[in-house]
Amino acid sequence: MQNNQPEIAIETKNLFIFYGSFAAVSEVNIKIEKQKVTAIIGPSGCGKSTLLRAFNRMNDFVPSSYVTGEILLQGQNLYSKNIDPVEVRRKIGMVFQKPNPFPKSIYENISWGAKINGFKGNMDELVEQSLRGAALWDEVKDKLKKSAYELSGGQQQRLCIARTIAIQPEIILMDEPASALDPISTLRIEELMQELKQNYTIIIVTHNMQQAARVSDYTAMMMLEKDGSRSGTVIEFSETKRIFTNPKDKRTEDYVTGRFG
Amino acid sequence: MTYIASKMNQLDLSKKFRPGESLIQALLFLAGFLSIFITLAIVYELGKEAWLFFGNPDVTFAKFFGTTTWQPGIGHFGIWPLVTSTLITSLIAMVVSLPLGLAVALYLSEYASPKARSALKPILEILAGIPTVVYGYFALLFMTPLLQKIFGEGVGVYNMASAGIVMGIMILPLISSMSEDALSAVPRALREGAYAMGATKFETSIQVVLPAALSGIGAALIIGISRAVGETMIVAIAAGSGPNFTFNPFKAAETMTGHIARISGGDLSYNSIDYTSLFAIALMLFLVTLVLNLVSQAVINRFRQRYE
Repeated sequence: MQNNQPEIAIETKNLFIFYGSFAAVSEVNIKIEKQKVTAIIGPSGCGKSTLLRAFNRMNDFVPSSYVTGEILLQGQNLYSKNIDPVEVRRKIGMVFQKPNPFPKSIYENISWGAKINGFKGNMDELVEQSLRGAALWDEVKDKLKKSAYELSGGQQQRLCIARTIAIQPEIILMDEPASALDPISTLRIEELMQELKQNYTIIIVTHNMQQAARVSDYTAMMMLEKDGSRSGTVIEFSETKRIFTNPKDKRTEDYVTGRFG
Repeated sequence: MTYIASKMNQLDLSKKFRPGESLIQALLFLAGFLSIFITLAIVYELGKEAWLFFGNPDVTFAKFFGTTTWQPGIGHFGIWPLVTSTLITSLIAMVVSLPLGLAVALYLSEYASPKARSALKPILEILAGIPTVVYGYFALLFMTPLLQKIFGEGVGVYNMASAGIVMGIMILPLISSMSEDALSAVPRALREGAYAMGATKFETSIQVVLPAALSGIGAALIIGISRAVGETMIVAIAAGSGPNFTFNPFKAAETMTGHIARISGGDLSYNSIDYTSLFAIALMLFLVTLVLNLVSQAVINRFRQRYE
C-alpha cells in the first residue's frame, strides 16, 4: 500500500456546506480513489445527498446555499471564482434517485448531451457504445426512435447511466440510483457499476447497507454531529470491508449492525 | 344500546341511501349538460338565421365563397374580405404575442429571481385587466401614428397592422401566464437531469423544459387564437369600417367581428338581407375558430412530448 500510492480522483478539504446560516454538512475531509466505487452511507437527513451534490455543484440551484473549504479535481478547486459550474458538470456526471430520462427518443436521450458538449464524431457509434456500456443495447436496439418513456423503470435508469457515460465524465455520482427499482433491476445496476468502475470513478449514496457492502470499495459513514447542531459530517472513512467488519467508531458499528438508524 | 355494542352485533354491509352524493352528482351533471345545451342553442340560432340568408334566391354558395366583395345591400355576397382581414389581424396578433409571451414565460419560470417575478406578474395582470375599448384607442391614437412614423405615408389612419399588434399586446398576458404555468409544471428532475449533463441554463430551458411543456403552451396558443379571432372592439375602432379585400396590413379592412358590431349597431330591419347576413358571418366566424382550433390541436399532438 505504502509504495503503491493510490491515485486520487477528487478530494475535499475542510468542506462545509451551508443553507443560509445552517451548516448542513461540516468539516468533510475525504479522498476519493480513482476507478473505485465509494459509497456514502448514513441515516436519513445527515447530508449524504447534499455532500454528493456538492461534487458537481448541483447545490448551486438552491438559492441560499454556499460552500466553504475546497473540493479538488486534479488540483483545481471546483469552488474557486473562475470555475464554470457547467464545465464541472461535464466532467462529473450524475444519476438520480428517480430515473429522469428526457421526453425525447431513446436515441436523442444519448445524443443530446453529446451534442451540447460539442461532440463531432459518429453519433450512431457513440449511441451504440454508450448503450452497450450501460448494458441496455440488446433491449433497445430495435426501438431507438421510440420514446424513452416506453421503457421500464430499470431500463430508464440504465438509459440515464448511458447518457451520462456518453459525455465521458471523469466521475459519476449516483444518488440512490436503485432505490426506486425492483430487486432484479437493482441487481443489474449493481453489476453495471462493477463494469463501469474499470473506466470511471463512482461515488454512490445509498440507504441500503447491503448494497454499500456489495458494490463499494470504500465507504464514508456520515452521521449528525454530537453537539446537537443538526449538522452532518463524515465520522469514518475507510475500506468498505473494514467499515463493515471492524469499524473504529462505535456509532458506525451501531449503524452497520442495525442497532439504530 | 350503545354505538359500539350495536356495531358488534351485526356486520351491516347493505347499500345505504346517501342523498348528498346523489344531489351533488345531479348538480354536476346539470352543469355539464347546461354548457352543452347553450352551445347547441347558439349553433341552432346561428344556423336558423343563416339558413334564411342562404335561402335568399340572390345568395349562392358560389357567390359566397367565390367572390370578393361584401355588400349584401346591393347584392354582393363574397365573404372573403371579412375572412382575410380577420385572419390577417389575428396572424399579426399571434406573431406579436406568441414569441413575446413565450419569452416572458421563460423568463418568469426559468430566469427571474423571486423578487423580479413578484414585481413583474402584477404588471402583466394589469395589462390583462385593461378594457378592450382602451386598447382600441391605444391602437388608433398611439400605434397607428407610430407605424406611420416608421413606415411612412403608406400606413392608413385605420389599418390592420395597428389593430393586430395591439391585439397581440392584449393577448400577451394570457399566453405568458398559461405558458408559465405549463413550464413551471415540468418536473424539477428533468431540469436537474439536463444540468447534470453539463447543459447551460439556455440549453436546458429551450431544449428540455420548453418541449416538455409543449401541450400546455399549445393550449395557450389555441385560447390566444380564439381570443384574436373573436376580438371585436379593438378591430372595430382601429382596423377600419368597411369590408376591403386586401392583403396589405397597412390598409384599412373590416373583420367579421367588426362588421357584425357596426351593422348590428345601426337601424336594421328584422329579416332584411343585412340582418340575416350577420348570422351567416357569425356562423363563418364559428367555423373559422373551430378549424383553427382543430388544426392547432393536431399540430400540438404531433409535436408534444410526454413526460412521466
